[in-house]
Amino acid sequence: MTRNTLKLALATTALVATGAYAQDATLTIESWRNDDLKLWQNQIIPAFEAEHPGIKVEFRPSAPAEYNAVLNSKLDAGSAGDLITCRPFDASLALYDAGHLSDLSDLEAMSNFSDVAKSAWQTDDGSASFCVPMASVIHGFIYNKDAFEELGLSVPETEAEFFAALDTIKEDGGYIPMAMGTNDQWEAATMGYNNIGPNYWKGEEGRLALIAGEQTLTDPEWVAPYATLARWGDYLGAGYEAQTYPDSQNIFTLGRAAIYPAGSWEISGFNAQADFEMGAFKPPVQAAGDTCYISDHTDIGIGMNAATDNPEAARTFLAWVANPEFAGIFGNALPGFFPLSKTPVELEDPLAKEFVSWRGECESTIRSTYQILSRGTPNLENETWGASVAAIKGTATPEDLGQGLQDGLASWYEPQQ
Amino acid sequence: MKQARIRWHILVFLAPAVFVYTAVMIFPLFNTLWLALYTRVDQERVFVGLENFRTLFFDPIWAEQFWNALGNNFWFFLVHMLVQNPIGVALAALLSHPRLRFAALYRSAIFIPTILSFVIVGFAWKLILSPIWGIAPSMLDAVGLGSLYAPWLGKEEYALTTLALVSVWQFVGIPMMLIYAALLTIPEEILEAGEVDGITGMAAFWKIKLPLILPSIGIISILTFVGNFNAFDLIYAAQGALAGPDFSTDILGTFMYRTFFGFQLQLGDPHMGSAIAGAMFAIILVGVCIYLFGIQTRMRRYQL
Repeated sequence: MTRNTLKLALATTALVATGAYAQDATLTIESWRNDDLKLWQNQIIPAFEAEHPGIKVEFRPSAPAEYNAVLNSKLDAGSAGDLITCRPFDASLALYDAGHLSDLSDLEAMSNFSDVAKSAWQTDDGSASFCVPMASVIHGFIYNKDAFEELGLSVPETEAEFFAALDTIKEDGGYIPMAMGTNDQWEAATMGYNNIGPNYWKGEEGRLALIAGEQTLTDPEWVAPYATLARWGDYLGAGYEAQTYPDSQNIFTLGRAAIYPAGSWEISGFNAQADFEMGAFKPPVQAAGDTCYISDHTDIGIGMNAATDNPEAARTFLAWVANPEFAGIFGNALPGFFPLSKTPVELEDPLAKEFVSWRGECESTIRSTYQILSRGTPNLENETWGASVAAIKGTATPEDLGQGLQDGLASWYEPQQ
Repeated sequence: MKQARIRWHILVFLAPAVFVYTAVMIFPLFNTLWLALYTRVDQERVFVGLENFRTLFFDPIWAEQFWNALGNNFWFFLVHMLVQNPIGVALAALLSHPRLRFAALYRSAIFIPTILSFVIVGFAWKLILSPIWGIAPSMLDAVGLGSLYAPWLGKEEYALTTLALVSVWQFVGIPMMLIYAALLTIPEEILEAGEVDGITGMAAFWKIKLPLILPSIGIISILTFVGNFNAFDLIYAAQGALAGPDFSTDILGTFMYRTFFGFQLQLGDPHMGSAIAGAMFAIILVGVCIYLFGIQTRMRRYQL
């Protein structure tokens, strides 16, 4: 009798388990945003799961620097998650070409995005879209408001004012003028060159001219930012050569530095760490009244692994990501990642509001090296990292750096030959 | 006439080891070499023969990176040979001194870094040497040598040597242990016989012990060579895949990783990556052959 009950219980459990298995789909998201793990787990995923009870979502990030390599290996091995967070441009295009990402052009919700927003995740002819645009990041400078008040500084508008402010901070000696290191290299290019650069090459105008081969990297508008970066070295604090990215973040949030060359993705982390008030200013222009250009870089999209076992559930999730409700949750849960959907999103974070307000005042562009130009070997983006570091350290002249980059680009990119 | 019997049991007993070794070593090795002979054109794998190697050695952009990495690798190896192995031998000689107290403690303490993970070693030394949080600047300050401090890991001219010395710190325990073991096998009678002939102290080390441990030093050298030319972990943990500053710490391992798996916007190229791996294999093979046929066969051995 007892034995029979046990058997029955076992059978029922097994039955229930298989039943549940057939109904529920678990989606795994691959991402490089390990900083956002909590936000996904506590806000975004519960909001989705509340609406779609049959689908479970798991956010599985890896370290940013390793993401591309790790993801490629996982995709080749068939062990990647159902949803793939997409890097902009070629990295994702290559995944699509290799058949790892599904075409999402027929997803209805894609009409919520402008063409510019979609351009980072389309084939060159625009015929197929393979990732739902999630967010862009804006470059600028975050500053310590307390430090600026203490030293009687106002927000610099022009380059002359910017360097005057740095001089004042340096003379005072209480703060490191600017928190940035060159050890990890990418900050110099991303928060340095591509932050201040658009004001020189006039945003999209210069970027597209470079792609078309009408301008070269030896032209003054592409070399001048290196000359400006060369002046940064004096203000970066002792031993900046071995200062890493987390070092810089900590120095700034501990209140030891006055200015932090930033991307808006820092906002949520800084809000949590810093106990002083922060403000932001856009990259200074050369002369007062010049049109300003900002790097408003399409940074994150999300697509579907073509080999997923749950294509329906994955498409449901992507459609949800594409609607304005997600944009509202995402934009406010992750201040500094600005949703790309056509419907404007009301942001609450003051620092994020400051950044996003520049979209109205300035012309937006994306990072110069990301579209098409980093397709060959040598890779222009990686070369730009090295060149920006060399400019700051003063180990090469801006002209030589421009020449070196141009030679590398011309070696494989036809329009530049 | 009786036909020779096939001795099946030999095959049966060899099979597991041969099978496992083939699956995890020989097959991947030849697969990698085979992969280096192809390239990818529009999603199609195309056979190109030795074209990848031609690119690697003669294309100015690739060749510059390759020779830079190879040169750095030789410097990395040289630092180990000149610093790690002599220190290892010296430590072993000290430890084997019969009147040394706490020998076991020293032995363990010096050997412990060897069992630490590269990630821990890289991270710990990065923190120690950090200009911002590190103890290196304040320690130098404390003894009045603060002006000697430089952000070593961030300077092109020092970074590789610094990392090589970190690696020496980590692995000095290995030559020490091997030599120590070799020294322990030297019978007391020989040393006593030497003493009778008037060879004592340092002279005993140079004239009796060193010739007897020379084969062990040879083995250590070749282990160091293979280890250094396969090195990757420490550089990657400390400086990342770009092996900065300005590729000054780039060695063949990091160069191969970057090429094979891609980096940031640079997409991975398994075929060029395999070509680099093939070149590494060839370099190590040549090095080991030189040692085996050129040095080891001529080394004089003594029957103890």
